[in-house]
Amino acid sequence: MRRNRAVASGAVAVSLLVTVTACGGGSATGDGGSNESPKTLTYWASNQGPNIEADKKILEPELKKFEQRTGIKVKLEVVPWSDLLTRIMTATTSGQGPDVLNIGNTWSASLQSTGALLPWDEKNFSKIGGKDRFVEAALGSTGTAGSDPAAVPLYSMSYALYYNKKMFADAGIEKPPATWDEMVATGKKLSKDGKWALGAEGANLSNNIHQVFVLGKQHGADFFDAEGKPDFTSDGAVAAVKQYVDFMAKDKIIAPGNAEYAQNQSLSDFAKDKTAMVLWQAAASTFKSQGMSDDEWGVAPVPVQAGAPGQGKNVNSMVAGINMAVFKNTKNLDGALEFVKFMTSDEEQKLLCKTYGSIPPVKAAQSDPAFDRPELKVLRDTLATSAEALPQVPSESQFETVVGTAVKNLFASAADGGEVTTESVKAELAKAQQQMPQQ
Amino acid sequence: MNTTAVPATGEPAVGKNSPGAARGPRRPGRTRRTALPYLLLLPALLLEILIHLLPIVIGVAMSFKELTQFYLRDWGAAPWRGLDNFRFAVDFDTPAGESLLRSFTTTCLFTVLSVGLCWLLGTAAAVFMQETFRGRGFLRALFLVPYALPVYAAVITWSFMFQRDNGLINHVLHDQLGLTDSPSFWLIGDNSFWALLIVSVWKGWPFAFLIVMAGLQNIPKELYEAGALDGAGVWQQIRKITLPSLRSVNQVLVLVLFLWTFNDFNTPFVLFGKSAPEAADLISIHIYQSSFATWNFGAGAAMSVLLLLFLLLVTGVHLFFTSRGRKATDA
Repeated sequence: MRRNRAVASGAVAVSLLVTVTACGGGSATGDGGSNESPKTLTYWASNQGPNIEADKKILEPELKKFEQRTGIKVKLEVVPWSDLLTRIMTATTSGQGPDVLNIGNTWSASLQSTGALLPWDEKNFSKIGGKDRFVEAALGSTGTAGSDPAAVPLYSMSYALYYNKKMFADAGIEKPPATWDEMVATGKKLSKDGKWALGAEGANLSNNIHQVFVLGKQHGADFFDAEGKPDFTSDGAVAAVKQYVDFMAKDKIIAPGNAEYAQNQSLSDFAKDKTAMVLWQAAASTFKSQGMSDDEWGVAPVPVQAGAPGQGKNVNSMVAGINMAVFKNTKNLDGALEFVKFMTSDEEQKLLCKTYGSIPPVKAAQSDPAFDRPELKVLRDTLATSAEALPQVPSESQFETVVGTAVKNLFASAADGGEVTTESVKAELAKAQQQMPQQ
Repeated sequence: MNTTAVPATGEPAVGKNSPGAARGPRRPGRTRRTALPYLLLLPALLLEILIHLLPIVIGVAMSFKELTQFYLRDWGAAPWRGLDNFRFAVDFDTPAGESLLRSFTTTCLFTVLSVGLCWLLGTAAAVFMQETFRGRGFLRALFLVPYALPVYAAVITWSFMFQRDNGLINHVLHDQLGLTDSPSFWLIGDNSFWALLIVSVWKGWPFAFLIVMAGLQNIPKELYEAGALDGAGVWQQIRKITLPSLRSVNQVLVLVLFLWTFNDFNTPFVLFGKSAPEAADLISIHIYQSSFATWNFGAGAAMSVLLLLFLLLVTGVHLFFTSRGRKATDA
């Protein structure tokens, strides 16, 4: 009997392991959803505010409003970022997903390729007021070019350079750096006595990708070739990654401790006057929640390479933001479209974007004076003139993981005092490229 | 474990309710008597099939398929790849195979150290707690705290403590004791292995303590008294009486700890997130990354199947030797 028991516990442990990867296999239902249960909707919102409770507090009154108007009850679940992609994939496999959901806009093409999301063709777009209502840049990250978008832009954001006014004044620096050369020069003045010039989230894979993608653009590199095949080891890509990691390894303007940051610790350091600058998207509400008042920090565009666009482009941000998608096998297609229409209406856009500190991707809503604040003006201008969407290829999500990890590893070795060379960067990136799925 | 307990208690109960009747010619009663244990087993059997066997079968099927994001929605339609996924997983000349091998050896070393330390600490504490002294109950409850805490809450607390600049560990090691020249990293780089080991042992030893303590209750006091009369010291008593008596308990304990530690997903995932540092890249995280982060579910499933075979092998060898040893002692 003891033997049986051991076998039983062995079987339990072993089968648990296998279920890590085998998560059921629901079969796909017909395309386009149905209207079997027209009175309810399930909505997965991504975590936008300081925490999940705050999101619920912000969204629930709006959902009530929607219910009063249409009689459709929306069940809300706010999903933390770290779980969202896995949750969506599990829902895709089982076919048991929400009706409407938020996705990170960089995942659009990846999720589009699973075929789980409702395509936004002419007909569907016309139900929410047409494609023309949305800003061009935001539409650029809703799926691969040449096919119907897999999602609709909901909140837009772009990167900017946030600087701590007091630390700048103490060091006698008058204006934020406009080029990376100036960044290094200014940074060296600021990085002393336990204080540092620039913050980074070295262990946050997505953040790493955002930073090196922009630097890559400035070096004329894309990370993917024209056919959508990974191209991580081009000279431009290597130079971009090396430049970013060198801020810690060579220039010593990023604190070594930032190599293990992944929970926005760099923002707390900024609020505590330990770090003078961060490259971030819509950070105002976080600074406020950390006890920093609005006049203690300033905003400038993200620096570019010195001396005209030379080899690359003056791109200084990725198109950041959240999209809204409808699950293809929803049981309430009409209601789902109605709900997307509500969330992207001028009125809701103004209200929600104001609360979250993001920019409305709906043109008409941008004219609201609330979005003329200096911070949002920088973000808005960047988005309109110098931001580019991350590669809209099916393997974008894998790219975030493997290249993000490569940058994380390089930061880890830089933090330990290791040297970062062109060869070591190239080797890490080559390893990352070999991990990409073959197509 | 319920599956084995049911027939054992079920059978005598039926016999007691119908004394003598069993031998009579009353067929219906007889059928009921023989069918009942199986009927009682049925729900457990069905659940076992549904919860354990079916996912294993699905996982094995997946390992032969080209299961990428394009087929995620209807994975039945994914094309067969034969053994390609397995070849991909164990081709040690490519980054995928190389990192799987590295992850496997890391996990083996980690498991041996963790299980060894858990057992050692658990046994030491259990032996120590045999003596009656003031505050024993309190101490016993305290020892079980790591076992009772929710994994997530406990491990996230550890991750805060391991932070380089603001963490408690460096505060003590560097600021207070001055043992290190500069604050060390625990969550990235090579130290991450030790950080993971510390958390794993902290989390695992109370279970060993609990099991060994239960085992100790079964050793007759007379053995120790006789040993003491013959002049055996504490150390000799432990070696000659305690450990041999605990043999069968330890055999099961080590096997269970081994399987748990080898497969532990929660601890590294909460401590390091989606991509663990190379030094602490345990196999479960590695397979998760291969499946969910690069969306190559077929290859992930193949790795899981390989791991399943390995663990079955280890379990089989363990059972072979322990059951042979037991027969020898029984005879």
